[in-house]
Amino acid sequence: MEGMISTNIDSQSTGTLGADKIRITGLTKLFRTGHTSVTALAEVNLNIPEGQFLCVVGPSGCGKTTMLRIVAGLEEATTGQVLVSQRDKSKPINSMIFQEHSIFPWMTVRDNVGYGLRMRGVRGHEARERADEYVRKVGLAKFASAFPHQLSGGMKQRVSIARAFANDPEILLMDEPFAALDEQTKILLQEELLRIWEGTRTTVVYVTHSIDESIVMGDRILIFTAHPGHVKTEVLIDFPRPRGVYELKANPRFGEVAFHIWEQLKDEVLKAKEQERLANEEPKREEKGVMRGGRPSF
Amino acid sequence: MVADQASKAQARTREKVAPSLASFEKELHKVAARKVFQERMVSTFSPLLLLVIWELLVTFGILDFRFFSKPSVIAGTFWKLIASGELLTHLNASIVRICVGFLLGTIPGIFLGIIMGLSRIVRAAINPMIAATYPIPKIAILPLILLIFGLGEQSKYAIVAIGTFYIALINTMAGVMNIDKIYLDVGKNFGANRMNIWWTVALPGALPIIFAGIKLGWGIALLLIVAAEFVGAKSGIGFLIWNSWQVFSIEQMFVGLLTISALGFVSSLLLDELEKKVVPWKAATIS
Repeated sequence: MEGMISTNIDSQSTGTLGADKIRITGLTKLFRTGHTSVTALAEVNLNIPEGQFLCVVGPSGCGKTTMLRIVAGLEEATTGQVLVSQRDKSKPINSMIFQEHSIFPWMTVRDNVGYGLRMRGVRGHEARERADEYVRKVGLAKFASAFPHQLSGGMKQRVSIARAFANDPEILLMDEPFAALDEQTKILLQEELLRIWEGTRTTVVYVTHSIDESIVMGDRILIFTAHPGHVKTEVLIDFPRPRGVYELKANPRFGEVAFHIWEQLKDEVLKAKEQERLANEEPKREEKGVMRGGRPSF
Repeated sequence: MVADQASKAQARTREKVAPSLASFEKELHKVAARKVFQERMVSTFSPLLLLVIWELLVTFGILDFRFFSKPSVIAGTFWKLIASGELLTHLNASIVRICVGFLLGTIPGIFLGIIMGLSRIVRAAINPMIAATYPIPKIAILPLILLIFGLGEQSKYAIVAIGTFYIALINTMAGVMNIDKIYLDVGKNFGANRMNIWWTVALPGALPIIFAGIKLGWGIALLLIVAAEFVGAKSGIGFLIWNSWQVFSIEQMFVGLLTISALGFVSSLLLDELEKKVVPWKAATIS
């Protein structure tokens, strides 16, 4: 039996999602800033099949992270619906890999990785064993009892990856997990993430601003418009797996795909820049009381 | 051939250089060790030097013996008070009062501080009262406390508890409010319920700042207990100092001051050790 979970409002979900793992319909998000409101997301509609690695790219401030946070249940949608089909009642719906500095400084690597399990009431030694398994998988066995301040930035993100995978959720959400890392560490971690993911094939929503990264990681790439964000177009990526970052980049088709995505994205980035410029001029035309974009303040 | 010779020559020079580098490093180590030793000697002997100067100044009549006594005479009194067990009785009385009052104030302070840090509503409800009463010097309410609790032990516990309560509460609240929001998101995302957020995020996240509050509170507890013992006690270090004034026993007064200073010093060392145990992840951010 397939259970249905609505992470947000309008939960009269009838019918079935079929082969889809996540269905987003009419998702809109308004942020209030003072007496004006800003539309962060406008009517996002999206179906994500089971097992797909979906990447979302868009100009900064387009609302892609907001969408992810709504799917994660960390933010309320203003209108619309997010449905996630739950096949196994014992599994958590979603686990998120956050941008950075998200692992608890007061817990050892092992305790960080086993956090989700413990919160779900998995028994002590079982949780510990599972945590250790994933600590090994990300190559941190020697650091299982270390505190995060003893780790480098890349190692911290490994802990974050292990924590999400160890939790064995129905869907995985990733919010620019490697944005703060240096280029070489990033490549290593991208490959490591792909290797672990290929063992589970969990449905993924991966938000990034990097075109290259989205091609390396994804089965399908959504391109978001400038704010207010909605899906502009999408690109299917059929490079075979397992993938290596530079093996893929050596493929001439990689460049073609990247160029195609950039062509789609370029206008949106320019639009976003223009919005940012107007937003900076905003104080001068306050009497109009119109907010013209930029990133809403939370 | 030539290249081979050149590389051999290079290897030879490296051999020559290597041992001299090692000995140079050894020399550097020696210099560093000597510097550390010097610093230690200086900080050990500078207070001793001060005592010697004090002694001499009084001996030659530059300082008035009646007001300043002499280190040698004070040491004698110190020994006499220890031998008679009197000093220990006073010290014990003060320590018990500080500890009981400290726990009575700090534990509820931390508890309420976490609630106020997490909940805007509770913060809005209680903050005005805290803000209005915090600036009152706690010594100013000592007469009121004596009136309510009498001259017994309870009034001592109460004054210390009230003083440390504010410090614990304000620090804990600030600590919880300063926790990076992402940790609360992580807790929520990984299925932590309200209780779990308390124990796994709010408390440990605020612990470094809570501990700063504990140290600060301990200092305030010392201050308050001495003041309280001045007026309403028949034992304790504060009583010893005040009583010495009344009977004009300068040496005994200095012994009291010395004891309270030692108490503060030793307890702050103990608190530092406790902090390393309780907040192990903080260790590296300091050093």
